[in-house]
Amino acid sequence: MTQLALVIDLNTCVGCHACVTSCKEWNTSGDAGPMVDRNPYGAEPTGTFFNRVQTFEVGEFPNTQTVHFPKSCLHCEDPPCVPVCPTGASYKRPEDGIVLVDYDKCIGCEYCSWACPYGAREIDEQQKVMKKCTLCVDRIYDESLPERDRKPVCVLSCPTSARIYGDIHDPESEASRAINAAGGYQLMPEWGTEPANHYLPRRKVNIAVHEEDLQRVDNPLRKEDRGPRAPTTRTTLDDSTSW
Amino acid sequence: MKPAFSVIFLTTLIGAGQGLFLAYYSAEWLVTLNMLQPPTSDHSAEAALLAFALMAAGLVASFFHLGHPERAWRAAAMWRTSWLSREVIALPLAMGTVLVFALLRLLEIDFEVAMLGRVSLSLSTLVGFAAVLAVVALFACTAMIYASLKFLRQWHSPLTVLNFFLMGTASGFTLATLLAVVHQAGFFGYFSGMAIFLTLAALISRFSSLARNRRLRSPSTLQSAIGVHHPNIRQIAQGAMGGSFNTRAFMHSYGPSVLLLARRFFLVGGFVLPLLLLFVSDADSLLLCALALSLQFLGLLTERWYFFIEAEHPQNVYYQMIS
Repeated sequence: MTQLALVIDLNTCVGCHACVTSCKEWNTSGDAGPMVDRNPYGAEPTGTFFNRVQTFEVGEFPNTQTVHFPKSCLHCEDPPCVPVCPTGASYKRPEDGIVLVDYDKCIGCEYCSWACPYGAREIDEQQKVMKKCTLCVDRIYDESLPERDRKPVCVLSCPTSARIYGDIHDPESEASRAINAAGGYQLMPEWGTEPANHYLPRRKVNIAVHEEDLQRVDNPLRKEDRGPRAPTTRTTLDDSTSW
Repeated sequence: MKPAFSVIFLTTLIGAGQGLFLAYYSAEWLVTLNMLQPPTSDHSAEAALLAFALMAAGLVASFFHLGHPERAWRAAAMWRTSWLSREVIALPLAMGTVLVFALLRLLEIDFEVAMLGRVSLSLSTLVGFAAVLAVVALFACTAMIYASLKFLRQWHSPLTVLNFFLMGTASGFTLATLLAVVHQAGFFGYFSGMAIFLTLAALISRFSSLARNRRLRSPSTLQSAIGVHHPNIRQIAQGAMGGSFNTRAFMHSYGPSVLLLARRFFLVGGFVLPLLLLFVSDADSLLLCALALSLQFLGLLTERWYFFIEAEHPQNVYYQMIS
């Protein structure tokens, strides 16, 4: 069984919002669009987004870390939003585990958004249906794209490669390896929703620097210490330099 | 949660309608069992029509909640998993059976279908029994829509189901008491007695859920929400400056003083005052009963509003500061 998901590395995310804007750009003109905005150039801009980057400050000044935290639908393995849907518009695809909304069946009752503890779903104010991250389902299977581009657009746009995409049920996938290697974790594990998206924690990157790395102990020049040296009391041939 | 006004009207109106039907139908059986004086004239058909009208009004209110009301028929599809879907089936079922019950009697096309010992069972009585089942199922479905959401811990309790049932039947019996005063055909003692009992039970049950919710602490913290285990985390941006669906749909902006006022109003206006008014009224106190009903209905509307305010959505931990 396949479970496609994103693995987001909080250690490398710099909070540039490239994933946010590229997600909006791709999806507003794709199958999930339009994702309308209200007041886009006004004082209180708001609109439909599938992905957002939040920022948190951890610690107490001056010992703080700024954690940028991208948040989108986590494509839970036991999604609480799916069984509550009265029309069957919300569903989890058995073939790849992506949780999707059928916009033609959705009645806009918002019940699924009540049932999602992560706040991953939004009502589109124009279409009046519930929308959320589709994991770029209209992109990842598109055979007209070169194979390297068949990934969610947020993954492709990330300048620091903080977003890894893959099948987390395949232990050999890049995503699974990243989870295993860096201690990937799920959000709000206390609710038992088994989110498919994982996050990689902040990691301390220490390089052990030893004395001998900076100065070679076996430096032949140092060992023999000095080369041939002319007596300093005598003038040399050209009478100008001395060793 | 932000109160959804269409849902507030839906749940209170259909609750009163369901209660009203249960009041008249149960009174009829008590007469059959010789436990109650028969009425001087039969008003069960009018009461059932009124119950139908209340449920229909609730149904109309519910459509305002939907983004696509024209697709509402699709909502019956997922009855195996969704309590909302089950409600969408139970409400028309209850409305339909109550309406057939009323029409059979109103148009006088009722006939006897069976004898149960010495008791003659008419078609309307049988349809009424089906209506009782549908009405009880509807109470369960409506309440379970809220009680089944395990993340909304203030709702996720059997008390929610009990509250919906008791408050619906209490307002229905209070309405029946008023009708008994208007018609002057009997049943006043039974209706007002039951209304007092149910209102008192609802008060106790709602008070217990208030006490329960006061002690609740969400298992979700900012630490578990973003997976950073440090005691000192402060949000400095939530990813949107003009708010988002997340800040509009799951939060309210009422201060603690407004909430305290609302809580006191629904406890006093919705339960205590109607109790006292029903207690002092007799079969002729039209004004007192009308006052009791209006106060109780206003109180229950406030209660349902507070019910939404009370529920704290775990997603709110992600939205603590705008920027």
